[in-house]
Amino acid sequence: MTAVSDTSAATRSPRKKSRLAKTLSLMRKKPLGAIGGVIILVFCLVALFAPWLAPFDPLKIDSSNLLTPPNASNWFGTDEFGRDILSRLIWGARISLFVGLSAVLLGTTTGSVLGLISGYFGGKLDSLIQRVMDTLMAFPMLVLALAMVAALGSSVRNVIIALAVVIMPNAARVIRSSALTVREKPFVEAAHNLGLSTWRILFRHVLPNCVAPFIILATAGLGSAILSEASLSFLGLGTPPPEPSWGAMLSGKTQRYMTEAPWLAIFPGLAITLVVFGFNFLGDALRDILDPKLRSR
Amino acid sequence: MTNLLEVRNLTVEFRLEKGVVRAVDDVSFTLKRGETLGIVGESGSGKSVTSLAVMRLIPNPPGRIAGGEIIFDGKNLLDATEKEMRRIRGKRIAMIFQDPMSSLNPVLTIGRQITESLKLHMDMGGRAAELRATELLDLVGIPSAKKRLKEFPHEFSGGMRQRVMIAMALACNPELLIADEPTTALDVTIQAQILELIGQLQKELGTAVIMITHDLGVVAGMADRLLVMYAGRVVEDAPTEPLFADPRMPYTMGLLNSIPRLDERKGAELVPIPGLPPDLTRLGKECPFHPRCRFAVKGVCDVTVPPLRQVAEEHKAACLFNVDELKAADANRSAALMDLVP
Repeated sequence: MTAVSDTSAATRSPRKKSRLAKTLSLMRKKPLGAIGGVIILVFCLVALFAPWLAPFDPLKIDSSNLLTPPNASNWFGTDEFGRDILSRLIWGARISLFVGLSAVLLGTTTGSVLGLISGYFGGKLDSLIQRVMDTLMAFPMLVLALAMVAALGSSVRNVIIALAVVIMPNAARVIRSSALTVREKPFVEAAHNLGLSTWRILFRHVLPNCVAPFIILATAGLGSAILSEASLSFLGLGTPPPEPSWGAMLSGKTQRYMTEAPWLAIFPGLAITLVVFGFNFLGDALRDILDPKLRSR
Repeated sequence: MTNLLEVRNLTVEFRLEKGVVRAVDDVSFTLKRGETLGIVGESGSGKSVTSLAVMRLIPNPPGRIAGGEIIFDGKNLLDATEKEMRRIRGKRIAMIFQDPMSSLNPVLTIGRQITESLKLHMDMGGRAAELRATELLDLVGIPSAKKRLKEFPHEFSGGMRQRVMIAMALACNPELLIADEPTTALDVTIQAQILELIGQLQKELGTAVIMITHDLGVVAGMADRLLVMYAGRVVEDAPTEPLFADPRMPYTMGLLNSIPRLDERKGAELVPIPGLPPDLTRLGKECPFHPRCRFAVKGVCDVTVPPLRQVAEEHKAACLFNVDELKAADANRSAALMDLVP
């Protein structure tokens, strides 16, 4: 009896499954992705509600409380100026996520538009765009970002621009190859036959077919963008002090006090690791879900 | 009735590495309002390129329209600007494609794809376009149209998708519908349904239709006139009945002989046309069909391009010989062959 009612339920509403149920079943299939998603969600919430969550002012110097190990009031201890590490980490989440998100959004979007144009129109324009991207790709990621920040001056805005330029060529490559396959599809010809203009076809018919690689690129890129921001800050070229940036928290005096006060390095390092893991897990899971070839029905 | 479409001496060339290919060579035909023209030919005979040329959608480079005129409703489309062409495509001339599986955008809903041209060409708002789209799906026989507008192409079967394509093509009440092998990718039963649907809608809406196919059976019941193409040229042009009853070009005869017939006795062999279509880059001053023609005469067919000449009222064929004579000669030859059999 149950079998019968089961099948009838399945045939009656295969599409009626609610969004929540779909998400839950996806989470069950991709536990790592779900963990990644939860980590990201937690960090986003922390960043969003930083003013309410942080127990102390992240910039307040307390000379009576230098380098205290983790205790009941300063859970993650204090740094060499007596600033509360937990509060700095919470505020730092804002900067890390903001820089990472904006850099990825900017870089992936410009890269995608360039790749779309490059792949769809082809010819000389394609060669020109791709050679410029090749040149950018020839530099190691961090070196290029360093050079750009050094040239532009270190500020949050310039770090975002530098990272976006570093991310752009990758997106341009991937979206170009998608555009190359999509432009040969009969539905593009059919769209021409309907009298649509080239730009309309490009952005309303070709672009939506490249959304899956775009999302994968963006999520996978977020982890490395945050890591790069931390590296730049660590090298002193990222977010200028005294803003609490995770990378900056690892640099400078931290290295000198590493042996006596390991909490200075452990907690920011842990935060960076967690976020990068989170984005990578999420990115992998999204790739599996969005790639129809890997999707199990 | 006036001519809706008049194609005169259309020539389309493609520049390839191995040389220039004349995919369409000096093709002329006319189409009246409400009439159905069938263009028949095998792969590579230039039938699809002809239709793309009418839409001015020959990819350039490598292709270009090298000469001729395409007069649509009194205006030469070859003189139209790209902007003017965009207003004609989809609105006054619409097209149905061979493969309904890939001719719909997989990531957009059916509703969005149908309403797109309505919004573009008919200045309709979202609601009006949606209503019209529902009406169109009803018209092409898709049940619960309103609900299905929100679905994606993968949720439709092949036949249903072709119906959607037809609905899209008919959205703006085009004067001319070009159907490029509309049934090739479908099951035989669905084929019949789709053909019937096209025929029925044509009667209701008064649309002129160009039906491109390699299957004479498809056009037999539908077309008023037939154009047989071979190697980029028109080799026979006649109203449907005389063409089937009295073909005047050996290629057409071959095509008709290669169709299985229900009234034939069991075990009767089909007569195929031997050989392959010619390499269009190497076509010289010769009848393009002569290497495969059983009537070909050495020293005549391989040195002259047979002109498309009037052979009967409203019937043109591109063969140097009178077919009746050829048939007589053929009968003699087979008699001679029979003598050789011990």
